Amino acid sequence: MIGERQILNQKDIQITIERLCQQLIEHHGDFNNTVIVGVQPRGTFLSYRIIAKLKQLLNTNNLESGSLDISFYRDDLRRRDEPIVPEVMDMNLSLEGKNVVLIDDVLFTGRSIRSAIDALMAFGRPKSVELLTLIDRRFSRDLPIQPNYVGRTIDAIDSERVIVEWKEVNGKDRILMVKSD
Amino acid sequence: MSNLSVDHLLGIKYLIKSDIDLIFKTADNFKKIINQPIKKVPSLRDITIANLFFENSTRTKLSFELAEKRLSADVINFASASSSVTKGETLLDTVNNILAMKVDIVVMRHPNPGASVFLSRNIDAKIVNAGDGTHEHPTQALLDAYSIREKHGEVAGKKIVIIGDILHSRVALSNIYCLQKLGAEVKVCGPSSLMPKHLDALGVTHFSDLKEALEWCDVANVLRIQLERQDVNYFPSLREYAMVYGVNKDVLDGLEKEITIMHPGPINRGVELSSDVADSKHAIILDQVENGVAIRMAVLYLLAGKIKN
Repeated sequence: MIGERQILNQKDIQITIERLCQQLIEHHGDFNNTVIVGVQPRGTFLSYRIIAKLKQLLNTNNLESGSLDISFYRDDLRRRDEPIVPEVMDMNLSLEGKNVVLIDDVLFTGRSIRSAIDALMAFGRPKSVELLTLIDRRFSRDLPIQPNYVGRTIDAIDSERVIVEWKEVNGKDRILMVKSD
Repeated sequence: MSNLSVDHLLGIKYLIKSDIDLIFKTADNFKKIINQPIKKVPSLRDITIANLFFENSTRTKLSFELAEKRLSADVINFASASSSVTKGETLLDTVNNILAMKVDIVVMRHPNPGASVFLSRNIDAKIVNAGDGTHEHPTQALLDAYSIREKHGEVAGKKIVIIGDILHSRVALSNIYCLQKLGAEVKVCGPSSLMPKHLDALGVTHFSDLKEALEWCDVANVLRIQLERQDVNYFPSLREYAMVYGVNKDVLDGLEKEITIMHPGPINRGVELSSDVADSKHAIILDQVENGVAIRMAVLYLLAGKIKN
């Protein structure tokens, strides 16, 4: 049996992003020493939304940001049928001494974030790295990695998949839980 | 297509266009990585690569070794001059002994055409041909085509002339295959004595006049005269060759358009290419060297992805 359940709709996502931005402002003030980095490919959709909202809330255009491709830092190259095709790396900045907010859509095993932290270090030694995710699948972690900012925490078993859809790709914003057995 | 159609890189002849496109796309990412402050990625940290060089090489060997180290692979090097090959060991025995040390990928240069194909049929490791005699030098052709793509936006539709010793050149043969697969028009230029008999079968025509060839082309790939492979005299003297087929500033100034000059190295300055041209802005020789590392990283990365745990 296959079933799907909507976790967040367009309005929920909008409210959640706004709340996450307010939390970021609470911790990072005017962002003069903070860089926002989206993890390619899916994390960048969320990071673009967050950057747009922050620019609006802070009334500025000066937010440093980048898109991080983690393909070559992953630990599952030889465990896949097909090689991981790299995405665009857009990191035209130095992270030396900066506070970094790493953004991804779903936190699951923590392995992507482990790779992302590894990849970040190629651009300098950041002062701190924080993690923001829209969905935290708690109890599913393979590694000791926890987010600092969370949109929604959910409990899901391994056979359930969380699908994040964005207007830019899928026509509308929504988050689904799909169950198959 | 996100996977290579081949298990080894033995020659461009065995690749399809989508393989070349995938290698280029992957190399684009590696080129960014080798320009980062930290130029190393951990992708191949559980892979061991043996570089077997049965023939002299400087830049290809260094380029492969750097590519392997930038991917975090474990690397062992072998040069035949200082090995048991001089004691009479066969190629298969040498390689099997090295494989017994659990090697996943073998990068091999060998003076005999077909040596890498032979190896791929007899041993259990991924093979990358780094030049086999006068046959193929696939990574050189890939980096040449990649450099043309970088300079001119695309390879399709471009006119490329390969100048010099086509008969003895594995670079020429691999370049012809690669550029044609990408949709470029390829012709060759040089003395008739240095042209192979099978040119027609490759779909390539021959200019005997250098000026005419340069007027026609967008890119000129100038090859070295391989004196070490010439068992008889194919032309009267190097001086005469330089006078008739040497690319120099006067020849380029006489053209109606600007063309791009490439050379796979090592250059015999004053023979096939004059110093003022080799060091001019028309030459992309050093870009070729930089792209070589990115291309070799891409090839090794994609082949390593096919080795299952």
